[in-house]
Amino acid sequence: MANITAPALLSSRRLPNIWDLGAGLVVFSALIAVTHVARHTLGPLPAAQTTTIHLDPSYLPAYAVRTTLRMFAALLFSLIFTFTFATLAAKSRRAAMVLIPLLDILQSVPILGFLSFTVVFFMNLFPGRVLGAELAAIFAIFTSQAWNMAFSFYQSLTTLPSDLNEAAISFRLSAWQRFWKLDVPFAMPGLVWNTMLSMSGGWFFVVASEAITVGNTTFTLPGIGSYVATALDHKNIWAIGYAIFTMLIVILLYDQLLFRPLVAWSGKFRFETTAGISTPDPWMLLLIRRTRVLRWAGEAVGDAASALGRLRLKLPARQAAANKPPSKIIDFIWIVLISAVALLALWRVVEYVSASLHWSDLATVLVDGLITMLRVVVLMIIAALVWVPIGVWIGLRPGATRIAQPIAQFLAAFPANLLFPIFVIAIVYFHVNANIWLTPLMLIGTQWYILFNVIAGAAAFPGDLKEVSANFRISGLLWWRRVIIPGILPYFVTGAITASGGAWNASIVAEVASWGNTHLVARGLGSYIAQATTDGSTPRIVLGVAVMSGFVVLFNRALWRPLYAYATRRTTLG
Amino acid sequence: MDQMTSATTMTDIALLSVRNCKQAYHKDAAADLVVLDDVDLTLREGEIVGLLGRSGSGKSTLLRIVSGLLKPTSGDVQWRGKPVTGPVDGVAMVFQSFALFPWLTVQENVELGLEALGISKKEREDRTEAAIDLIGLGGYDRAYPKELSGGMRQRVGLARALVVHPDLLLMDEPFSALDVLTAETLRTDLIDLWMDGKLPVKSILMVTHNIEEAVLMCDRVLVFSSNPGRVAHELTVPFAHPRNRHDPEFRQMVDDIYGIMTRRKTPAETKQAAPTPATGFATPLHPIGTNLMAGLMETLAGPPYEGRADLPALAAVLQLEADELLPLGETLQLLGFAELTEGDIILTDQGRKFVHAETDDRKALFATIIRTHVPLVAAIRQVIDERWNHRASAVRFRDELEDHMSPEYAEETLRTAISWGRYAELYAYDEEAQQFSLEDIEED
Repeated sequence: MANITAPALLSSRRLPNIWDLGAGLVVFSALIAVTHVARHTLGPLPAAQTTTIHLDPSYLPAYAVRTTLRMFAALLFSLIFTFTFATLAAKSRRAAMVLIPLLDILQSVPILGFLSFTVVFFMNLFPGRVLGAELAAIFAIFTSQAWNMAFSFYQSLTTLPSDLNEAAISFRLSAWQRFWKLDVPFAMPGLVWNTMLSMSGGWFFVVASEAITVGNTTFTLPGIGSYVATALDHKNIWAIGYAIFTMLIVILLYDQLLFRPLVAWSGKFRFETTAGISTPDPWMLLLIRRTRVLRWAGEAVGDAASALGRLRLKLPARQAAANKPPSKIIDFIWIVLISAVALLALWRVVEYVSASLHWSDLATVLVDGLITMLRVVVLMIIAALVWVPIGVWIGLRPGATRIAQPIAQFLAAFPANLLFPIFVIAIVYFHVNANIWLTPLMLIGTQWYILFNVIAGAAAFPGDLKEVSANFRISGLLWWRRVIIPGILPYFVTGAITASGGAWNASIVAEVASWGNTHLVARGLGSYIAQATTDGSTPRIVLGVAVMSGFVVLFNRALWRPLYAYATRRTTLG
Repeated sequence: MDQMTSATTMTDIALLSVRNCKQAYHKDAAADLVVLDDVDLTLREGEIVGLLGRSGSGKSTLLRIVSGLLKPTSGDVQWRGKPVTGPVDGVAMVFQSFALFPWLTVQENVELGLEALGISKKEREDRTEAAIDLIGLGGYDRAYPKELSGGMRQRVGLARALVVHPDLLLMDEPFSALDVLTAETLRTDLIDLWMDGKLPVKSILMVTHNIEEAVLMCDRVLVFSSNPGRVAHELTVPFAHPRNRHDPEFRQMVDDIYGIMTRRKTPAETKQAAPTPATGFATPLHPIGTNLMAGLMETLAGPPYEGRADLPALAAVLQLEADELLPLGETLQLLGFAELTEGDIILTDQGRKFVHAETDDRKALFATIIRTHVPLVAAIRQVIDERWNHRASAVRFRDELEDHMSPEYAEETLRTAISWGRYAELYAYDEEAQQFSLEDIEED
């Protein structure tokens, strides 16, 4: 009975069908694009520096492909980083003492501020080749993606169910087998979700990193980001429109072809032992499953992957879990070592910064930081007032949820900096105060996280509680205060953390804007860093970035974490 | 099964031997917390041995030591004459929670142990199919664990263990997560296979807290005492399979084991663990709710028991397992509401008084009793009374408890003290602040 699918059945239906055709087009176009780009990256650098970006829309598809490839190259590095870094942190207690705080800070560092460093670094690494600039861009995207992916993986590894852990040990899986059979699958749903968030952030950075000016040198890589930058210089509204349209299509394709199927597929790894309500599979996943050629290819890849995972790579035999207390002496030496390195680093930074900066600089930066913080706070309040009611309205209506949820996710992935020019044009045209009207740009890309988390929260609101509040005729302000807001609080906080983190980062590109020769500047820490980058003043960049990291960490520790802890503690039963 | 009455002399065919095994958890401040103490165990080919005891008696710990998952603090564990230093060849484990990988199909789950051994694909498939068919899972090969019922899931757990052809099969409360009927089917299926010699194993070691299960399946039963875990008693089960639960001799044996498990410690044993003021304060409390206590007392007071009940019979009527009923009985004994003797539970006058009281009087009575019988509750209230602001942090009590027991037990004990104190209106507790107080408590 188990063997009802005989191999013969398969061979009778080997001819390709219509599904195969569509899928084949997708695969081949991807292949062509990859080979096309790979030929370019080894060209000498001067060619890259003098690269003229053509505003003719016919160049846009090629630019879009290059931008996308940068994204995926960075994603690959992020995955490698995630698997090694997080695994090391999870398996070694002493490594975790260093790596986890490091990750925590890296998550809060505004990466855009470091773009100039990395560009110079990679250019020196590969002088005279486009590869340097490419790597710099990829590295910038990598830094926007890797941290939260690694963090998610680390968290999964530290919350592995103990019985599965014991089963893996008692059936004597080797460390390598265990990694692919237990660690990675268990972490998969969280990892896919965080990869999605990372990618959304990454689109923002790829656009920002394609045209970088450090001091007098401008590095330009062909791509959508540099296209927009050129369009801004040339005051070409139409070109900006084309770029936005192209990006819409790219994001749509990426969303539909890659991420929806991936998220649906990762549901298989969700750690639950009861069958949940199944949502319809995205069409791409259906396509893969129904298409013989694609399914065959998918199985071949899967088989190869599982053969890899089956290898009995012998690492030193696992010791039985001893319950001896860890050696205090080694711990002590370790902590002393870490502290020494940290102090040395601190001393170096202080020395470097104090050589060219004055205390008044610090004061300026702190005041600027407060201004930017005020912006973030005001924006978050406005966003909450706007999106919470809308999100709740949508979330309580399953029909509306089905339509709105994917749109919100899609909008979150769209690189908001492509929309900046529209605002800039409006500000220039209406002659309004840039200090106020540049502000909304900071949240334009990340506000969607608030919306879709609130929708998810309202959709998950328990039916019996809805019935109770209807039964006791709880309505109006009381309903908001006592019923729905506490009900969605953990979801709201989750979305708000992402949104506010993104807003800080975005301030570096949002507080300065230009349209042809018109330059708009809003005072704040973001514009301080942006200005320092343009001037090539490294000490000021370091100071600005350090202070901004401090603000972000403080914001997270003092506000979001306690709020999240409170929300989850108070609003869950048991 | 053939009866093996001669004891430790037959070491020549001993699969496993455990000598003077001790397991303790290190604590920074106080003495080590001893979970297992001075345990000896010898396992021979062809027998099913049960480790029977209450939760916290260290029987699962012993199973993990045997499997090589855990290294004992001291003592000697030998598998086929060689010391155990890690997971050994020829030992496979079945888990209480099944421990199936949700992202692998039934077939892939079963294959897992073979993949780890690096066995060729062809042989893997053959052996997997054989194990799946043997255990009655044919047709479920491609299903994922979440599509299966609990009973089917545990069958997967069994097949996964059997497919590696282990000499020793370890089972950690394998049926306790299943409903009564499903568990019974699995037990009889397993025993049938064992009797027919179809199981590719030489010996089975199982942990259980279900007395009937132990008598039904095992050839030998080791009864564990708690705190620290020791082998209190060893019994040989002389009945031939298939065994009949209603056989008077079977019933008698179950009764006897209940008697052993409720027997008060002998004076010598009590002396060993003399309740100093410190340990009195740190007596672990079972997380038994006041409603459950009241329910049992009301049941006992009414017909047909009229104040006295036979524990196995009571367990059957209330559909409670020994592991659930015994802590309940012990808690009533601790509070002076009931007495446990020789497998019986007897309601005291105090207990009757409680049953016949109204809600407020019950609370008052309960308050008086826990203040006198539970040193932890008394200490909490005393500290609150002494403070100028009538507040006390729970952290200090938790820390003190953790000096004497594992963090889990400390937490459980503290939770119980909080819940009892709240019911008795002795103190209030603020979860956010982790603070005891006298808010809304009427002074008397």
